[in-house]
Amino acid sequence: MLHNESAAIHPRGTLDLIRRFFANVPLLGWLAGALAAVVLEQAIGTSLAHALGLPRIPVLFGFLIFLKQPALIPGALGYVLLSNILPICIIAKVGAPLFNFLCRVLFKMPLLVTAVVHLALLYAIFHIWTDVNAYRLIMLKLMLISILLTLSLNVINGYMGEFSCSHPGFMALGAYSASLFTVGLFVNDQLFGQAILVSDYAVVFFPLGLIFAGLVSAFGALIIAIPSFKTRGDYLAIISLAFTFMVKSLLENLEFLGGPRGLSGQPDWSSLPMVFIIVVLGVWIINNFVTSTMGKALNAVRDDEIAAEAMTVNTRKTKIIAFMFAAFWAGVAGGLFAHVLRFVNPSTFGLQKLAEVLAMVYFGGLNSVYGSIVGAVSISLLGEALRPLEILKWIIIPLLLILVMIFRPRGLISFKEFNIEKLLKPRS
Amino acid sequence: MNLTYILQNVINALQWGSFYALIALGYSMVYSILMLFNFAHGDIFMVGAYIGFALTTALVAMSAAGVIVLPNWLILILTIILAMLFTSCLGMLVERIGYRPLRGAPRASAAITGLMIGIILQTTVLSIMGAQRVLFPSLIQTTTYNVAGVSVTNIKIMIVFVSIALMIALHQFVQHSKWGMAMRAMAYDYTVVPLMGVSINAIAAMTFAIGSALAAAAGIMYGMAYPILDPSMGILFGWKAFVAAILGGRGSIMGACIAGFLIGFIEIFVATIFPSTLRDLIAYSIIFVILVFRPHGLFGEPYSARLRL
Repeated sequence: MLHNESAAIHPRGTLDLIRRFFANVPLLGWLAGALAAVVLEQAIGTSLAHALGLPRIPVLFGFLIFLKQPALIPGALGYVLLSNILPICIIAKVGAPLFNFLCRVLFKMPLLVTAVVHLALLYAIFHIWTDVNAYRLIMLKLMLISILLTLSLNVINGYMGEFSCSHPGFMALGAYSASLFTVGLFVNDQLFGQAILVSDYAVVFFPLGLIFAGLVSAFGALIIAIPSFKTRGDYLAIISLAFTFMVKSLLENLEFLGGPRGLSGQPDWSSLPMVFIIVVLGVWIINNFVTSTMGKALNAVRDDEIAAEAMTVNTRKTKIIAFMFAAFWAGVAGGLFAHVLRFVNPSTFGLQKLAEVLAMVYFGGLNSVYGSIVGAVSISLLGEALRPLEILKWIIIPLLLILVMIFRPRGLISFKEFNIEKLLKPRS
Repeated sequence: MNLTYILQNVINALQWGSFYALIALGYSMVYSILMLFNFAHGDIFMVGAYIGFALTTALVAMSAAGVIVLPNWLILILTIILAMLFTSCLGMLVERIGYRPLRGAPRASAAITGLMIGIILQTTVLSIMGAQRVLFPSLIQTTTYNVAGVSVTNIKIMIVFVSIALMIALHQFVQHSKWGMAMRAMAYDYTVVPLMGVSINAIAAMTFAIGSALAAAAGIMYGMAYPILDPSMGILFGWKAFVAAILGGRGSIMGACIAGFLIGFIEIFVATIFPSTLRDLIAYSIIFVILVFRPHGLFGEPYSARLRL
């Protein structure tokens, strides 16, 4: 009782204490801890799960168990504590001096090397974590793709300050053109006939296909951008909405692309390393774009178009380039998406997709790379974790989003610069 | 294609367009006064149809059980009035919960809450009514008149006339009443008008109430013409009506009505001339082209909006 009261008076007390306790752990430490945790899970996960009375390793941090089988909650909690939380915290805290030392050594090298080391660690964690279960693999891939998608929409809706509804359309263009590229050239298929090229060099050809997908959707963006950036106002919202419907309807009517039935038979080229590398590359390039002169011009256009014009910003050109840039990455994300599911049909890219992407952008936060990552990850995880609730899920997630909008109208982490050096630096 | 055939489709298009026009009015009024997209409006239309369905079913059952015996035409009128009332309460609730707390926030955030409220409404109806479609009870015996080869049902005539009557009533209200004047003033400048003693909250609530009532009327009439309801019909109609509202021009009641009828005409005639799978593609392409050449809509005036983003 007393404890509760003191917590009410100092609501941030415990949290602050935890934060101060772990203040000297660099990101490297957390990654190493997570790596140890996933290795541990792979080694003894199954026997640990059995010992705690669980039939198998909980796939998603026990969330599915909490909602489906309440009797197993203590076991699942114990599992998450023993195999995820404890190893990470202990290794991060105990090894902090060592990791800080390593971090300082790394920081003597160029920033790129440091970043690559961190990313390699992150990839290793993902790889081992998804090794346990195929469900984890597909969920992680889709989550990474949605990060790219969210970030590219954030360029338009956050950095540029317009309201675009065209992302499902761009995604559809990307998904279909990448599929056309791979299915048409590399697969023996009844729709397009014999394979023209051998598919031994997926590593080379798939990125080419993705670039093609991105270019196609950037070209689609041009169709919207030219008329709608003549005037300021809400017309982008309408024209882009009409565009999404047009693309969807067009795809439904093109028989050689499978019409409403969709297109299947994509080769299994969206492997985890491929998705990971493309998404990291995308995030890096988009981050560079929004911090560049062009990105600053974009912010200026958003804040005051007339003033920006007076400061010699070519507002129309800036907007068109940024819009096409965002569409390019949406197309790439669509191409990856098609090759993860290995099936696309036009109804995937409808209003539901639009609501999902918009939710991710506005939940995470406008004008921020962190925000997009947080938004995409949390909405995807929530969507998966609440799956056992079935229809109730579609009440809980919207309610949560409404609350976020009411209390933080610009999203959770908005207007924050993504500073890699600050993120990775040693903490002591 | 002969003249009768065209006339027949004109009548179908009038009916089809009147649904769009009635829903578009709700979007257009909210947009002109608060400058925001009420993305929940399509789902309010859907809920209105379901409220109408529940009321009709209840009243018919009561009549059958002999609790209160009412003739069918009275049930219809009662249903329409009560459903409009209940749905306007829902509209005001949506405004109070989803939009009023966000009045100082970026407009896009309010659009997101609207979208989410729409999803909540749809899920709620889905979980109450189940996924299967429900059949709207028919209250009026359908009579088909045959005028020079063109067949017209009494329901079609009623729908078109009631819609046009509602539009004229709204027009009179906005142009000739004190409340309507406040609404027009608010649409002109919503920062200064509150200083003149007009409560923006009252006007906003009233706008939502009127828009939702019109949507409910559209929902019931839709149920009478196409007696099958399902929870996703709000999305289908709502987004097209939204496009109609913008196509009509900001804050133009007449524009929203005409654009609603225009979309109805485009859809019906595209479906009669081309394969019906091409309907959306051609309809949206036409809208796209119209917007390219008239970016402010058919009847909207160019304005310089300083976006509150």
